[in-house]
Amino acid sequence: MESYPLYQMIDENGEWVNKSYEEEFNEEKVKEFYYHMLRIRTYDQKGVALQRQGRIGTYVPFPGHEGAQVGSALALSENDWMFPTYRDHGASLTFGADLDRMLLHWNGRIEGCLPSKEKRIMPASIPIATHLPHATGAAIAEVYKGTDNAAIAYFGDGATSEGDFHEGLNIASVFKAPVVFFNQNNGYAISLPIEKQMNSETIAQKAVAYGIPGVRVDGMDVFAVHYAVKEALERARKGQGPTLIEAVVIRFGAHTTADDPSKYRDQEEINRQKEAKDPLLRLKKHLQFRGFWSEEWVESIQSDIRKEIEAAVEKMENAPAANTDDMFDHVFREPTWTISRQKEQLGLIGGNR
Amino acid sequence: MVMSNEIIKTKATSQSLTMIQAITDGLKTMLDSDQNTIIMGEDVGRNGGVFRATDGLQETFGEKRVIDTPLSEAGFVGTAVGMALAGLKPVVEIQFLGFIYPAFEQIATHVTRMRMRTLGQYHIPMVIRAPYGAGVRSPEIHSESVEALFTHLPGIKVVCPSNAYDAKGLLLAAVDDPDPVLFLEPMRLYRGSREEVPTGDYRIEIGKGTRVQEGNDVTIFAWGAMIPLVMKVSEQMKKDGISCDVIDLRSLYPLDRDLIADSVQKTGRVVIVHEGHETGGLGSEIISIINDTSFLYLKAPVEKVTGFDVPVPLFSLENDYLPSTERVETAIRKAYTF
Repeated sequence: MESYPLYQMIDENGEWVNKSYEEEFNEEKVKEFYYHMLRIRTYDQKGVALQRQGRIGTYVPFPGHEGAQVGSALALSENDWMFPTYRDHGASLTFGADLDRMLLHWNGRIEGCLPSKEKRIMPASIPIATHLPHATGAAIAEVYKGTDNAAIAYFGDGATSEGDFHEGLNIASVFKAPVVFFNQNNGYAISLPIEKQMNSETIAQKAVAYGIPGVRVDGMDVFAVHYAVKEALERARKGQGPTLIEAVVIRFGAHTTADDPSKYRDQEEINRQKEAKDPLLRLKKHLQFRGFWSEEWVESIQSDIRKEIEAAVEKMENAPAANTDDMFDHVFREPTWTISRQKEQLGLIGGNR
Repeated sequence: MVMSNEIIKTKATSQSLTMIQAITDGLKTMLDSDQNTIIMGEDVGRNGGVFRATDGLQETFGEKRVIDTPLSEAGFVGTAVGMALAGLKPVVEIQFLGFIYPAFEQIATHVTRMRMRTLGQYHIPMVIRAPYGAGVRSPEIHSESVEALFTHLPGIKVVCPSNAYDAKGLLLAAVDDPDPVLFLEPMRLYRGSREEVPTGDYRIEIGKGTRVQEGNDVTIFAWGAMIPLVMKVSEQMKKDGISCDVIDLRSLYPLDRDLIADSVQKTGRVVIVHEGHETGGLGSEIISIINDTSFLYLKAPVEKVTGFDVPVPLFSLENDYLPSTERVETAIRKAYTF
């Protein structure tokens, strides 16, 4: 059987494993990666804090995934499609989703599902793996329309056990759809460790069954991720069909703010791995190694990021109250009589608020 | 730990439990008494379930009987079909009712049909547990109340307790039932209150509702998470001299036709409250039973207070989606003054 080695560009000390792309990953590019990774981590810390303070609902943290999400999102072209899950808001924000809308989503607002007007970023898919066939369909439609746009679908290790994973990949492979199936394998589906999720050693090897390329990268190495996704997108645009990418990451924290990981895994061991493998720390070491790091630069971007996030939180909290019309008015283009009647009755009597 | 459990077992005949604890206790009673029972689902083992319904059970009964499955609802419900064919009694947990759809094909095409297809040679004694309902600020698709999709399917019974006592008794009855049962758990009531729950084994008959408040003026039919709401409103109504006969149907398929008729024939005025969508909801089926059994006893048109014909919205609007005290009160007054 083919083997699927873990592909790296930089090691845990931030030094080159594969130097061939040094020119491509120039100072500007590396700093762009770091900026986005710092931005989404700062946002994530704010998200957890807001949940703890009761200012938003259940929140899904993603620390450990920043390299995978930023590396992949920055590989996309302007008009590509993104089909994320609930843990991929870091990728959505990097590709261009609106920050305050994202926070509205965590605050239980339908407006939070509204895609950005500029980018084709779908609202996070909650039911596992259900959006993989959507990415396949969007990609097939782009071919039909004669564009060279592609699609990317995000999903976790647990999603590979759902039927929709197979169906999405199979159809995409049959039609050579320009789609990248981007798996972030963090080793846990809530509490279930990967060795109880599947009998296969890697996720990348599942590509064999569909006759498509499977690539396994260190998902905490932003360069390796970026390069793999870019290459897959190029193949896709050339009509060479889909690619399955497995980005191996660690979920540093809980599944959601409602989850207690100490119930099912040794959190201290995870913390030790975090210290060694943190994608931000690794990129910082790389910046230092190449002489691109400066405290003033980091302080300045950190301060910009904090301001941006505070402004978004304020906007989220000052948003006009949720409007009950929104749940009635968009079920169909023209409401059916049952919906019109129910809307009228609620207006006369009032809800629970 | 074992010591203290033993003491409780021998000394006490009941204990004060929340609904979630009563469910855990029921599952434990089941695993203790029947070697052929097993539990399967996502995160039910080491994690003890996302709501802790199976907390500690894998530790006590082992990984062969309390099984963490891959993330695969169609897979483990289908696997449970095979296990049931081979003589086991699987109790599977769907993490939230809104995530049951991948397994819908298994339920609609196999779980519900096996007995008939084999003219009774095989049957599927399976229980599917699923938390349901809105009102706890859950994320999208975690708040569905689609019991009517399942009461419509021939071949599966559907039950839904509103309190800890009924939860354990109905669960054990569902496990005992030779046919498949969907056991809906109102997650909003998991930890809301405690009540005395007998230790050990007892059953609540599937197909029987219960009168939770005796009254003469207006009948209210409800179940699950709607019961505390209608009890609150019926208390308020007492101040205005309106007495409500509150019926907790608790068995949604089959419905308790006799109890429905008994109450309607007494009051002649009816309000049905459910959190599922209105069109095709169970309320319409109850009206059909009233039509068949008690048409000439009616003094007013039957009122329905239900969820709307819209996807359950994200939580900022979920309380507007749900039947409210105001809507229930308005319906009671309308029926009463007609």
